[in-house]
Amino acid sequence: MNPLRRRKLIGIVLILLALAAAAALILFALRQNINLFYTPTQLQHAHVQANTPVRIGGYVQKHSVQYDASGASVNFAITDRLNNLRVNYQGVLPTLFREGQGVVVTGHFNQAHQFIADQVLAKHDAKYMPASVAKMLAAQARPRT
Amino acid sequence: MFNWLTQYWLSPKSFYHASGRLLPWLAFVCLLALGYGSIAGLFFAPADYQQGDGFRIMYVHVPSAFAAMAVYFLMAVSALITLVWRVKVAAICMSVSARIGVWFTLLALITGSLWGKPMWGTYWVWDARLTSVLILLFLYLGFIALQSVITDIQARERASAILALIGVINLPIIHYSVIWWNTLHQGPSLSAFAQPTIAAAMLWPLLAMITGFLLFFAVILLWRMRNHILLREMRTQWVEALIK
Repeated sequence: MNPLRRRKLIGIVLILLALAAAAALILFALRQNINLFYTPTQLQHAHVQANTPVRIGGYVQKHSVQYDASGASVNFAITDRLNNLRVNYQGVLPTLFREGQGVVVTGHFNQAHQFIADQVLAKHDAKYMPASVAKMLAAQARPRT
Repeated sequence: MFNWLTQYWLSPKSFYHASGRLLPWLAFVCLLALGYGSIAGLFFAPADYQQGDGFRIMYVHVPSAFAAMAVYFLMAVSALITLVWRVKVAAICMSVSARIGVWFTLLALITGSLWGKPMWGTYWVWDARLTSVLILLFLYLGFIALQSVITDIQARERASAILALIGVINLPIIHYSVIWWNTLHQGPSLSAFAQPTIAAAMLWPLLAMITGFLLFFAVILLWRMRNHILLREMRTQWVEALIK
């Protein structure tokens, strides 16, 4: 390679490396702001004030979903397998919402320190399975009597 | 390999002829892949256990998102070659790639958003994956805008190549965004190093669609590059001979 081109190439690569390092430092410094949500465990260290909007993510705890008599509001627990948080929500739940599913809820704590959600979003688990296979697996998982 | 490259692909004239021979084959395989992928994906792949038929939008979403990033990568490599070696064909490849890649990015954002409404419960959320892909769209648009305001060819290619190279930092950020940060977007289902989390009957059409999208890009790219080459080399003997 002729020396001029070699110099250019090295220069460009060095500039790119410097920019990448700068980007990495910025993203690292902002990491908590880039995270979409707190997990229940992170929330304990976050000191969130009442009535401040906050997003919390985790899994819907098994057997925790309770609908009220009218069916308009729902109460469930979000867990990250270490800590839980109970959530109250009034509104339409997304298709993927179910027990064990990842969810991200936006809302606030009221004065009584209950979490009131304004929005419930469901996460997809990145697993794709035919419905028939899922049914078969569920049948096998059930204890035979 | 290097000789083969310099002999057939680096000068505009030889590129024009070599790509002309390659195009019909690429187009044929592309049609096969897209035909199999879309028919198998839409009609024969079984419905998903959670999403029902809604998951089928991934047969457009995943290939277009993958292509959006692959095209940007090609664009950045061409930009490097343009800056260091001043290869005309690379500069043309860079310019044409941007104008195709921007559509893949837009398609990925739109299909993702349409899927997001019923499945997540929202069209849009400012999480790291969605935001970094939006930045990719702006990089493409910025590149095209920059190219259209500079009239001098040399200056235009230099400036836009630098922009394309700076933007390449966004690619690993997009890829790892779902791993580094908490996001609403799911993690990868497909990876070179891990078992895919997609059932085989759903996976094969997806792989075919990804291949088909990339080949479709290659076909459009070569096609438009050939036009650019003719336009640029209008006054040379070989083009004049070709047109007569």
